[in-house]
Amino acid sequence: MNLDSKIPSGPLAQKWDKHKFDLKLVNPANKRKFDVIVVGSGLAGASAAATMAELGYQVKCFCFQDSPRRAHSIAAQGGINAAKSYQNDGDSVYRLFYDTIKGGDFRAREANVYRLAQVSVNIIDQCVAQGVPFAREYGGLLSNRSFGGAQVSRTFYARGQTGQQLLLGAYQALSRQIGLGAVKMFPRTEMVDLVVVDGAAKGIVVRDLVTGELSTHAADAVVLATGGYGNVFFLSTNAKGCNVTATWRAYKKGAVFANPCYTQIHPTCIPVSGDHQSKLTLMSESLRNDGRVWVPKQKGDTRKPDQVPEAERDYFLERKYPSFGNLAPRDIASRAAKEVCDEGRGVGPGGLGVYLDFADAIKRLSEETVRERYGNLFDMYEKITGENAYRAPMRIYPAVHYTMGGTWVDYNLMSSLPGLFVIGEANFSDHGANRLGASALMQGLADGYFILPYTIGNYFATSKTAKVKADHPEFKKALESSQALAKRLLSINGKRTVTSFHRELGKIMWEKCGMARTKQSLTEALTLIPALRAEFWKNVKVTGENNSLNQDLEAAGRVADFLEFGELLCRDALTREESCGGHFRVEHQYPDGEAKRDDEHFAFVSAWEYQGPDKPPILNKEPLVYEEVHMSTRSYK
Amino acid sequence: MSINTLFNSSVGKKFIMAATGMAMFLFVVLHLLGNLQVFLGPEVINRYGAFLQGNLELIWPARIGLLVIVGLHIWSAVRLTAENRAARPQPYAHQELVAASYASRTMMMSGLIILAFIVYHLLHYTFQVTAINGTGRDFTTLQDINRQHDVFAMMVLGFRNPIVAGFYVLAMTLLFLHLSHGVSAMFQSLGLRNRTYTPVIARFAVAITWCLYVGYLSIPLAILLGFGSNYGGISK
Amino acid sequence: MNLTLRVWRQKSPQEPGRIVDYPVTGIIPDMSFLEMLDVVNEGLIAKGEEPIAFDSDCREGICGTCSIVINGRAHGGQKGTTACQLHMRHFQDGQTITVEPWRAKAFPVLRDLVTDRGAFDRIIQAGGFVSVNTGGTPDANCLPIGKAESDLAMDAAACIGCGACVAACKNASAMLFVSAKVSHLSLLPQGEVEKDQRVMSMVTQMDKEGFGNCTVTGSCEAVCPKEISLDFIARLNREYGVSLLKGVQA
Repeated sequence: MNLDSKIPSGPLAQKWDKHKFDLKLVNPANKRKFDVIVVGSGLAGASAAATMAELGYQVKCFCFQDSPRRAHSIAAQGGINAAKSYQNDGDSVYRLFYDTIKGGDFRAREANVYRLAQVSVNIIDQCVAQGVPFAREYGGLLSNRSFGGAQVSRTFYARGQTGQQLLLGAYQALSRQIGLGAVKMFPRTEMVDLVVVDGAAKGIVVRDLVTGELSTHAADAVVLATGGYGNVFFLSTNAKGCNVTATWRAYKKGAVFANPCYTQIHPTCIPVSGDHQSKLTLMSESLRNDGRVWVPKQKGDTRKPDQVPEAERDYFLERKYPSFGNLAPRDIASRAAKEVCDEGRGVGPGGLGVYLDFADAIKRLSEETVRERYGNLFDMYEKITGENAYRAPMRIYPAVHYTMGGTWVDYNLMSSLPGLFVIGEANFSDHGANRLGASALMQGLADGYFILPYTIGNYFATSKTAKVKADHPEFKKALESSQALAKRLLSINGKRTVTSFHRELGKIMWEKCGMARTKQSLTEALTLIPALRAEFWKNVKVTGENNSLNQDLEAAGRVADFLEFGELLCRDALTREESCGGHFRVEHQYPDGEAKRDDEHFAFVSAWEYQGPDKPPILNKEPLVYEEVHMSTRSYK
Repeated sequence: MSINTLFNSSVGKKFIMAATGMAMFLFVVLHLLGNLQVFLGPEVINRYGAFLQGNLELIWPARIGLLVIVGLHIWSAVRLTAENRAARPQPYAHQELVAASYASRTMMMSGLIILAFIVYHLLHYTFQVTAINGTGRDFTTLQDINRQHDVFAMMVLGFRNPIVAGFYVLAMTLLFLHLSHGVSAMFQSLGLRNRTYTPVIARFAVAITWCLYVGYLSIPLAILLGFGSNYGGISK
Repeated sequence: MNLTLRVWRQKSPQEPGRIVDYPVTGIIPDMSFLEMLDVVNEGLIAKGEEPIAFDSDCREGICGTCSIVINGRAHGGQKGTTACQLHMRHFQDGQTITVEPWRAKAFPVLRDLVTDRGAFDRIIQAGGFVSVNTGGTPDANCLPIGKAESDLAMDAAACIGCGACVAACKNASAMLFVSAKVSHLSLLPQGEVEKDQRVMSMVTQMDKEGFGNCTVTGSCEAVCPKEISLDFIARLNREYGVSLLKGVQA
């Protein structure tokens, strides 16, 4: 397959403007003749649906949640980056661009990232105009903080609920269009298949999650804004409902999938408390500013933390990275925690946790100051664990948090299937191998408000494909195969629950393809996952009926896809014989544990092309060409 | 302003409820101030009675106004209650009304009993129906030395009956309950509250409600305990 | 821990439901309430019975999806806590726990503990927004907003739209939810422009949905996982009064 990224020519800073000029426009009066389907109503989906409706397109928007306001963008805490340079501290579009490229370990597309930095500025203006209550200074101007090790303060925030406030802004814009009749909203409706007619995406099959009814919807373009695939690990900071189904079914219909192995692990999450655990909760990384991370030096030390004398404690981050100490970057800190736990020195139930101790900070600053800085996080910790972190150290452990990989898209955010656009976390485009803090919200809104609404017009203006209605045979075919799938899941009637398969898959993924991956572990995973998948299709028990609200069946469909997707993720990780960003191959590291990138052989995007159920996918490579920046080693020394 | 919206919307009906409640609250305050003159002796209270009765141009508009206000208050209460019942057709098997005070949950009941009391009270002292005053005496015939209607004697006679006084005490207790929620709620419904005023209003509501309660109870209780028993007018 | 769960089971909106008792064993105090339900459901599925349907998503108290009444209290009665963040350590061994869906005419039960809260979306669609299109907006800092107003707007904007206020109110009133959005937007200059129209349209839609009236009992504020203040309802009333006096039509 020839992957044309369609990156415009010309100097980096002018590519987007030039491209916007070159894009063919749709006459305002003609816009209402085009139907667009948007799947997902998070930051990317809601903003795209609202904006396209404002422009005059006929939009249908689908989400599996009971309301578009509940998409998982809502859980983002920290903030949103923008190159506003309000703080007069030397920030610029170029600096945000460079930080993002470098943070992504030089595995992202230059032109995309530059455009992202450019439109970041408009996002803040837009959100403020919508009434997003960003934090402000006493003088009434917007407040900023620094985030994720950036040397400038460019993060806008609304308390610890920035994602919520931005999502509500987009949701309100979307609601306005729904009220005006410009968007037809389908909540509690899950996409189960993509319909492709003559090589172009022309519609979707959906299941009404209340009645179980399957139906088809035709359109001139389909936009997937369905988020990331972190739940392939079962335990992640993602919401319970997050899944890979939409992008995976699109992959099976011909949309190539890029860089699935790039997964981000967040070091400061509340550890697993037992087998019942259904999800993990993230706590802001800022805790590491004042907390000290340690484990007992002795293996299997079960004493209470306050009974472990100073001399028998191992402050392993301070020991291993004396200059960065407890503030070592996310991936490094996460891996170090995993290592000490693997040595049997982890704390808490199951030994999967390390202490984050505030005793020194309280001694140095007073409990009051610590409460002022982190009170809400300490409260949250207490709510979940029942422990008072002012008295005893917190326990933390890394958890899967974000996925940089996703459906491959070109500069116009269109996948390898004409007419199928993919935006937000669901695509692969902007973060490379690692995402910087406060950049996910920025990308979702950039795609939805300011990029897709322009580029999709060019597709409509230039596409030669004929308009298709939902009575086309391809729709009937897709509908029937979806019906057959549901029927098949319900008829297996085996012995194991869907969750038990999901949990086992997650365990394989986490152990073999988690924070540290080896050729051997990945090879093992590539035998274990197909075996588990085979067992799933023989032995899963799905209760209830198809024609009613059936959460067991919903989960079964999603887990079935994760069981296929997990294999692709491991395959990608095995193929990428280097360490970069969120992908760490134990074989490829410097003696001091730093990730060893291999620009000579791996400066490309891995784009996997589906070949059929029993055939391995084909690896397509989109070379990453850097015109502007020089690839350097990401160093934290 | 759209009268239609005022009478049909939920918030509009709450405005009517609160505004009429506010008016009746003011009436209750003035009424108490007037009645407390009983403690200043027969001459003062009888003169007050004569003043009211002698100004028909004032008293009738006031009476009609009060009647309309009471009517609107009852109308909105009935409508709101019906809507509130309809809003939850299927009750909980187990419900705990967190934070909701007893008074706030029983406004309809306390209100209905107060209404019954008002009817009795009007028959008792305004229309002076002998059959219900429990003394067998016709209050309309009571006159003091100035040939004015002897209000003082009427009150003393009326409240000397422990059953009547008991009913008044009960009714005033329910009024106290009604107002203990109603006073602060009417400020809320009329939007006259914010972060600064809320605590002030809450304290004001408690204080004024207690004052009214104590004030209204003081009259029948004082009479039961012997106040006015040596008044010559009552033996006539 | 061993418990007895009394759970509302209802197959569909049309069929009548009933309370069914489930003995539950081996519950760990560190489980969240929803994880306890997960465990119960795993057991039911293993026995070939249909699991208890309940809504949840983020499980960290921000998406507002979870919506159950536990022992008569929306979200279980822990201050500022959604059901997904409520942990079993707050219950006693041997306790009987009644679990019911939100109960309101405007929130019909779809199945078991799952209700349809589309009414909230329709209220927002009626006016819970600032009418700006994408693009062409002025610079974010061109309009200073006082920190106090901005913070107060954020207090209101923190609403997660879970519907606990409706569930807890003896009248199934949605006033706390509606007032939070009305206040959030009218407190900011960007939203202030449309405030008369907004409050009228949103209250009219709220009434149409069949919610009850606010009788100021304060139950909503007490169960609200984001502790939204009753003062916002007073603000709504005030704004509604002004809008009414101006003769604004819905």
